[in-house]
Amino acid sequence: MKVKYFAWVRERIGKAEETVEPPADVRTVDDLIGWLTQRGESYAYAFEKPRVIRAAIDHSHVKPDTMISGAREIAFFPPMTGG
Amino acid sequence: MTAEVTIRIQQADFDIAREIAALTKGRADIGAVVSFSGICRGSEGGDAIAALTLEHYPGMAEAEIGRHAETAMSRWPLQGLTVIHRVGRVAPGENIVLVLTASQHRQAAFEAAEFLMDYLKTSAPFWKREENAAGTDWVEARSHDDAAAARWTKS
Repeated sequence: MKVKYFAWVRERIGKAEETVEPPADVRTVDDLIGWLTQRGESYAYAFEKPRVIRAAIDHSHVKPDTMISGAREIAFFPPMTGG
Repeated sequence: MTAEVTIRIQQADFDIAREIAALTKGRADIGAVVSFSGICRGSEGGDAIAALTLEHYPGMAEAEIGRHAETAMSRWPLQGLTVIHRVGRVAPGENIVLVLTASQHRQAAFEAAEFLMDYLKTSAPFWKREENAAGTDWVEARSHDDAAAARWTKS
């Protein structure tokens, strides 16, 4: 699946998007954050306060306990500040 | 006549009068247009701001605004609405966002414009970074914006 990062999450990780193949036991958005956090310091820094991070699956907001199976694109970003 | 919904995300500035004219052109069933424009301030909490840079999530930003536009159309008797959100670098005094709502009577137009702005602030995927004397900082979300959006879900 494709993972996209925005704003300071993107800056901390150092990339805007990537394709990942998490193992089968990574089932929810929360699990994916935990799995990504293991990938290195930059990920750990980006996700150091996981409760602050917002997520979207295929362009719709989702909660941390949402299942990720079937997702084409998952995005992680800080609380929004538009308008 | 069908309702006119226009949603645009663009780098360029917009002309408010031209957008109102486009929304109401050739129609005699609109009695009220409410216009809200968000403008870049030159200071925040006493500190000068040189400019804002707006980042967005292409695809989701349009989809999210579209979902709230549909909700507004179903909740209020609107003849049309326009949402334009700029991205990229915006200097103090320049426009950031425009919301227009058109209805037969003013109350629906006022309420729908407020509803759309409250949700644009809290759920449309845009992020502001400000340039100030110390460098650049991502603007932090405000809890009163969440509270403003939450009041529309109360019965």
